[in-house]
Amino acid sequence: MGNSVKTQTATPAFDIKGSMLTVMVVHLYRTDKDLIATLLREKIRQAPGVFKQAPVVLDLRAVRDDERTLDIPFLVEILRGYGMLPIGVRGGNTKLNSMALGVGLNLLAEVRPGRMRQENQLLNIHEPQPTEEEPAEVPALVVEAPALAPVKIIETPVRSGQQVVAAGDLVILSMVSPGAEILAHRHIHVHGPLRGRALAGVGGDTSARIFCQRLEAELVSVAGHYQINEDLDQNLLGRAVQIYLKQDRLHIEPFGTSTTL
Amino acid sequence: MTRIVVVTSGKGGVGKTTTSAAFGTGLALRGYRTVVIDFDVGLRNLDLVMGCERRVVYDLINVINKEGNLNQALIKDKRVENLFILPASQTRNKEALTLSGLEEVMESLRERFDYIICDSPAGIEHGAMMAMHFADEALIVTNPEVSSVRDSDRIIGMLASKTQRAERGDTPVKEHLLLTRYVPSRVTSGDMLSAEDVQEILAIPLIGVIPESPDVLRASNSGIPITLDESSHAGQAYHDVVARFLGEDRPLRFLNTHKKGFLSRFFGG
Repeated sequence: MGNSVKTQTATPAFDIKGSMLTVMVVHLYRTDKDLIATLLREKIRQAPGVFKQAPVVLDLRAVRDDERTLDIPFLVEILRGYGMLPIGVRGGNTKLNSMALGVGLNLLAEVRPGRMRQENQLLNIHEPQPTEEEPAEVPALVVEAPALAPVKIIETPVRSGQQVVAAGDLVILSMVSPGAEILAHRHIHVHGPLRGRALAGVGGDTSARIFCQRLEAELVSVAGHYQINEDLDQNLLGRAVQIYLKQDRLHIEPFGTSTTL
Repeated sequence: MTRIVVVTSGKGGVGKTTTSAAFGTGLALRGYRTVVIDFDVGLRNLDLVMGCERRVVYDLINVINKEGNLNQALIKDKRVENLFILPASQTRNKEALTLSGLEEVMESLRERFDYIICDSPAGIEHGAMMAMHFADEALIVTNPEVSSVRDSDRIIGMLASKTQRAERGDTPVKEHLLLTRYVPSRVTSGDMLSAEDVQEILAIPLIGVIPESPDVLRASNSGIPITLDESSHAGQAYHDVVARFLGEDRPLRFLNTHKKGFLSRFFGG
């Protein structure tokens, strides 16, 4: 309905915004290609959706001093095969780094030991059976992901001039006044009248949606695609709707009529 | 325990000073020791509306700057017992109104008064922020029209975030919506928002509706707070507001249009 993206007069050519992305870190502890491939396959089978389109960083600190050099191109090919997006390595030695560069990965900054604790164990894999060489507890690889941002819940009205930003989902249990702005990197749920501006997927997440009890918004946006109040379908105003992006176009649908569920 | 009440709105010209004078006078008439402070540095009006403009010697900024003490600045109302006014400065810069200076003045006033009414200037700048900073309760004066409602919403947001109570995480400032300059016939015709509409948009409890009344301008020009005019509907409505503020249950009056005979004769509109 209408243009999803409208340029207005004096639109800047670009804008630089801070953002938060979930990135997975694959910590390598062994260099055995077959073992790694097997374990990866098992891990991905447990939750394939988690790894699709996931940006991935390889942490090589544990294997950097290993005489047997990890086959980075091989590993990267496997990861890409599963839909993951390897973007870089960290903690490698000269040889590992040049291999990484050779397959288009970037060299990321070293991590101080303390920082490791911020990363959470994701889908711990169980070592099948220990070989004579290594102790049982050390897995070949551990895939970790930063904690997903918890949902932000606001119970009081969001008043004109106020701005609320959530790193994950945002739930407003009251109204959003005209002149107020609510932003979320993921979904927005407004259990009250939405009269201000709502911007979901501000980090670029095109799957983000806006759900509201009463659409009276001044502006709605998903991942940068926006519509102003004037361009909203009059029949939708005042109704409970969900707003999402489909093929780069903003769709606004009252609940109960969507065919995409 | 002294209660500090800020009378604020965001929008200008909606009736803050009229309300401060009427509300303060109403409280004093009931026996409470009340002081009304004008925070509009440079555009002072409270002294005019309360009829003491010819007796101003020292003002709030003089007191903050230690150029005069509180006793010299406080003006005792000639008509009502227990009622005092602390005027604003007309010639000074509002930057002289500092938080620490104000805090000291508030502490001294707390010892002498039951209610401190802070008449805020319009806007959301320094004067308005100073007026609301120490508030325990707020009367948000709103006219039944869209710009006033929008500005009131803004000011409510600030009461929830920029006051001492908000900064300290104490129980929030108690908010009361006061609808002023209400004309029932214009609400019926759709020109004005109804009390329900405004309440729905602002989502704070309604403490009263003051009807538009020619008495208010006359009273203001004579320097007599409207609550001293027994016959005025606006005055009576303010008395209702004071009553509700103090916990009494009073039904809303002056809300309905003159559709049915008797009361219609009282309305000018």
